[in-house]
This record gives sequence, C-alpha cells and structure tokens, in this order.
Amino acid sequence: MATEAKTDFTSNLGRIYTIYTGGFVAFVIFIAILERVGVPNNILGYLFVAFTIGVYAAIGILSRTMQVDEYYVAGRKVPSFYNGMATAADWMSAASFIGMAGTLYLLGYDGLAFILGWTGGYVLVATLIAPYLRKFGCYTVPDFLAFRFGGNAARIAGIVVLMSCSFTYVVAQIVGTGLIGARLLGMSFEMAVFVGLVGILVCSMLGGMRAVTWTQVAQYIVLIIAYLVPVVILSTQKFGIPIPQLTYGTVLSEIQIKEAALGVSAAASHIVPFARYDPLNFFALVLCLMVGTASLPHVLMRYFTTPSVREARSSVAWTLLFIFILYFTAPAYAAFAKLEVFENVIGKPLGQLPGWIYSYGKIGLIQICGVNAVDVASITAACGRIAGHTGILGLANFAIQADAIVIATPEIAGLPYVVSGLVAAGGLAAALSTADGLLLAIANALSHDVYSRMINKDAPVKKKLIIARVLLVVVAIIAAYVAAGRPADIVAMVAWAFSLAAAGLFPALVMGIWSKKTTSAGAVAGIWAGFLTTLTYLVVTRYFPGFGVDVMGMTSHVHPVTRVPLVDLAKLKAEQPAIFQQGMVLINHPLASRVGYFNVANISAGLFGMPIGFITMWLVSKFTTAPNMEMQNFIDDIRRPRGAAVMIEKAG
Amino acid sequence: MNQPDKVQQHWAATQRLTYIMIGIWAFFSFFIHMFAPALNGIKILGFPLGFYMAAQGSLIVFVVQLFWFSGAQDKVDRKYGMAEDD
Repeated sequence: MATEAKTDFTSNLGRIYTIYTGGFVAFVIFIAILERVGVPNNILGYLFVAFTIGVYAAIGILSRTMQVDEYYVAGRKVPSFYNGMATAADWMSAASFIGMAGTLYLLGYDGLAFILGWTGGYVLVATLIAPYLRKFGCYTVPDFLAFRFGGNAARIAGIVVLMSCSFTYVVAQIVGTGLIGARLLGMSFEMAVFVGLVGILVCSMLGGMRAVTWTQVAQYIVLIIAYLVPVVILSTQKFGIPIPQLTYGTVLSEIQIKEAALGVSAAASHIVPFARYDPLNFFALVLCLMVGTASLPHVLMRYFTTPSVREARSSVAWTLLFIFILYFTAPAYAAFAKLEVFENVIGKPLGQLPGWIYSYGKIGLIQICGVNAVDVASITAACGRIAGHTGILGLANFAIQADAIVIATPEIAGLPYVVSGLVAAGGLAAALSTADGLLLAIANALSHDVYSRMINKDAPVKKKLIIARVLLVVVAIIAAYVAAGRPADIVAMVAWAFSLAAAGLFPALVMGIWSKKTTSAGAVAGIWAGFLTTLTYLVVTRYFPGFGVDVMGMTSHVHPVTRVPLVDLAKLKAEQPAIFQQGMVLINHPLASRVGYFNVANISAGLFGMPIGFITMWLVSKFTTAPNMEMQNFIDDIRRPRGAAVMIEKAG
Repeated sequence: MNQPDKVQQHWAATQRLTYIMIGIWAFFSFFIHMFAPALNGIKILGFPLGFYMAAQGSLIVFVVQLFWFSGAQDKVDRKYGMAEDD
C-alpha cells in the first residue's frame, strides 16, 4: 500500500503542484480583496504567515516516515525537475532573497561577484562531484569520506568542516526570519524567531529529507513568485514591458546620466568594474564562492535523492535554471531602486522626499544626515546641524541598508500592502527552506555519522530514527537560541562558510573521485591543512588583527583604485600601540578585516586554504602506500553509472 | 572491445568531456570578465557589455552548458554500455 501511494504521488506531482500554485495565487487575490474592504495590514501580514507555514506544515506531516532511506534520502525517488526546484530553494537563503539586490545596489558591478559565484559553482557540482556521490550511494558527505579514505579519521574531519560551515549558516537563516517578521509584519523579533523555529521543525522533524524535499518545492514556488512580482510590475509601469531583466539596460543608461549630473566620478559609476574590489579580490571571491558551492554538504546531499545518476546530472541543470531566474533578476532590482533614488530622492528639498523613505527609515534601514529617517522634522534638524547644508538632500547625506532594496520596491512602485505581504512570505520561504536543508545536514551528520556509524553501530532502525529526530530538535533549538541573541557578525560569517567548505571539503571530494592515488593519510592531512589555514586567516584578520600584524607579518589592505594602504600601520603603531594588543576586537576596530597577506580580503580566505589542501593531499599521498586494488576497483565503480550503488544501506 | 577496454575508454571520454566543461566554465567565470572595462564600451539595449556578461551572459552560458553536459555525458555512458537501464 505504502509504495502504491508513493508511486501515485510521484506520478501526480505535476498536478499537485499546479493546483498548489493556483491555490496560492487565489489566496493572494483573496488577501488583495480583504485589503480593499479595509482589513488592517498587520492582520493581512499574519494571514500570509499563517497560511504559508500552515501549508508547509501540512506537507511536512503528510510526508512523515519511519523508513531510514525515506528519512535520509527521500527514498531516492525525487524526479530531477522537482529536485532542481527543491535544491534551488535549499540554496537561496534569506540573504539571496532580501540582501543580494541591495548588495548590488551598494557595490555596483563588483557586487556581481556574488551573482557569478553563486551560480557558476553548479558547473563544478555537475561535472566533478554530484553524479559520482549519487552512484556511491551514501546518506551524508562524511559517509563518502569515511568509505573512500578508510575510516573515522576522515569522517571526523568531514564532520568538523560540515559543522563549522553549516551552523553559522543556519543561525543566519533564523535571524533572517526574525528580521523579516520584525520589519515587514510588525512582529517582535523574538516572536518571529520562534515562528521560524516552529516553521522549520514542522517541515523536517517527522519526515526528514522526504518532508523537506516536498516543502522546499512548495517554498520555491512561493519565493520565486514573490521575488518576480514587484519588479515585473515596476518594469511594466515604467516601460510597458513586463521583463525587468531586459528593460533595466535602459535604466542603467539613465543611471549613468544621473550620476554625471550628480557629480559621481566616472570611476565610481554603478557599471564600472573593480572600483570596490580590485581584480584579485573580485576573482578570488568568485572562485571561493563557486568552489564553496560545490562543497557545501546541504547542497550535495540533495543530489543523493534522485532515482539515478543520470537524473542527478540533469537535476543540477534544473537547479541552476531555477536559481538563475532569481539571480538574473536581482541586478534589475538594484538598478530600478538606484534610479528611483537618483530621480526622486537625491537633489530634492528635505520636505519633498517620497513617503517610502520614512516607512523604511522608521525601521532603521535608511539614514539621512546620520540619523534614521523617521520623519521630516528629524531629518531637517539633523541636516541643519551640518554646516552649510542648503536643505537639499545631497548624495553624501543619504545612506540605505542593503536589506531595504527588495523590501522597499513594492512601496516605491506604489503597490498595495498585499504585495509587501507577498514579499514577506517569499523571504520567509527562502529562509525556512535553507534552514531546513542545513538543519538536516547537521542533524544527519550527528545521527548517522556520529551515532549510527561510530557510537552504536547495531542500533535498531527505530532507535536510529528517534535519535535522528531528537538531535534535529536539539540543534534547531540551539540555533534559535543563538539567533535570538542577534549575533552581530552572523551575516559576515555566512560568507565564511564558502571559504571553509572550499578549502576543507573540495580537495578531498575531488581527489577522492578523480585520483586513485590519493591515500587516506593524504586526504585527512589535506582536509585539516586546508581547513585550518582558512580558519586561521579568517579568525586572525577579523578578531586578532594586531596579532596578525605583530606576529604573523600581515600588512594593511590597500584601496582598490588608488592602492594607498587603508591603515598606516607604522603611524598607528607609534601613536596608539595599545590597538595592536587587543584581542577579539569588534567589527569597527580600525584594524578588523583590514589587514592580511597579499591584499586578500578575509571573505576570500579559501584562496590560501584550497591550494594548501590540494598540495598537502598530493604530497602526503606520494609518500604513503597507494590505495589497495579493492579501493581502486571501488573508484572505478563510482565512475560509471551502470550497476548497483557501491554502498548499500541495510534495508530499514 | 572487451570489458576492461570499454571501462578505460569510457573513463577517457568522460574525462575529455569534463575538461571541456571546466574550460568553458573557467572562460566564462574568469577570463572574459578580465576584459570587463573594455567590454563596457560596447552597449546593447543600454547594457554595457562587460556588466551584462557578469549579470546575465555568463549565467545563461552556465545553464545551457549544464543541460548540454547532462545530455552529452549520457551519450558517452550509452556508447560504452555504462549507462543505467532506462
């Protein structure tokens, strides 16, 4: 019966998700009608949250399972198209949804490093890693490392890297739900974090990977509709063409004209490359983000769920297509917002700014003359304190946070609240889907790799699955607890995850598949060398920059264009030697993230760790005994799709 | 062709295809963007070409490339009898 029902479900997927999408659109229209008849905004916002989380919860509960391979890999029955959607939702986080367009607004061309880095990595996933891991047939990434590199030393190294890249990442998603709830729905931050925690647990706890898969597909549909609607309407209003990805070319031209009129130097224009990141840092960042993408366990494990190696490959292509739809829209958001600011904000008298400035100034996303833009009186007072201020808003007086761009676009376009509510639901879907995937990656590493493989190998299936769920809840609660404390550095630390994964896991995964000569000792040494190099660079440059300068011989980064050092270290040392003695410094410390080697910013720390990881692996392998014949045959086996999986779990 | 030959040839063909893919990837991830300042002199629909390549052009190449790759690798697998049963 169970298998029949499942087959029925899989063959009806198209119909089920079409009905679901239609239902969601009908719900949005219903909310729009409620708004028309005068239902207050905060009620509409709560309806959005309650409805979407309710649907995710229903999917989560319907997908409950007590079978091991359903729990860990969704029974390996997910068709490539749907796995592509689920992986896209798994991949695109709160930061992609809310923050990416804003980063592009602030950085211009150089922000495109994130667009390139977070898409191109899938070429590496498809060609170098995912199909081979699918053939291998493991439940987790450390599983593969343990099998290929002879045991628990490699498994533990893999788990440590996995934990250090995934935990801060999941905390950031929960912080994301808190911010979305607080800014868009008027909830308290703590309340929104709690709602996020519940939303994550109902989706993942009962059904593991199976439930997460089908909710992620549902979440993708919500988030992509929510992302496209505001900017499509904006493009239609302005150009009569509902394709913002094409029309923003004209916007870019207009931006350049405005920039010239406002006195922005040509070298600092929105479209000019390498004005904020020099070429070395731009390409280093692209590389670290791409290679990190190809090594992050919560992404790789999604490709364990397809029915075949062939479908694992096509699934990566679908994933990238679904991600592409959002990522090639983000620069359009940035351009439209920038033009709005240049046309209707900068150069206007303080009394005549558009209303959206104050809506987002109130929640701390827009500052004018150094204060939050709460109302006309407060900014007039603040600008009045600046000597020689004429009452006309200048470029230098205006600051907008990256997170404001996507959130503010519906109001910039003059759209009703229902669209803002839709954006909130989309952001929530992005945060929850990524959190689900990460949480599962962490909890599965603990339950499968640590408990079932190392502590109690003979545990009965039922006990394994109970342990898996208990660990899932525990990790989720710890993550929510950390998130509720609003850790200041969390967003920056997410970017670290890519460098850590790139240096810690990528060499071992690639060499494990592509080189028969890489030995267990080589791999373990390489993982630690790459991971620790990267971690050291990150921690020293960010938290102990004085130590970095004094003991490790680091130098100041230089300005990307003028090449002048950001900090005159010798002068600072002479005037304020105490600055160099401080440890665990705050983000606004004069040296924090401003020193390093070869001018490489710490966000690209993987640039050091990756080659060190590869070289160590190669060198140590050269001097240790090559893998035996059995292992070499096993490597041959994972290289060809035909035949049974190499590692077959005990049926459960 | 006996079985060990087929295994070797399948892997050689797979490697060749992979190297081509990595070559295309490297070209559109890094090489072309090194010329972004010069490419920006060319404008298409208002887009400076250098900006366009990083914002859309390379991404489109990656997407098309991956669908092509998944078909091409399947052909390689079938040619040497290494594909999974349909």
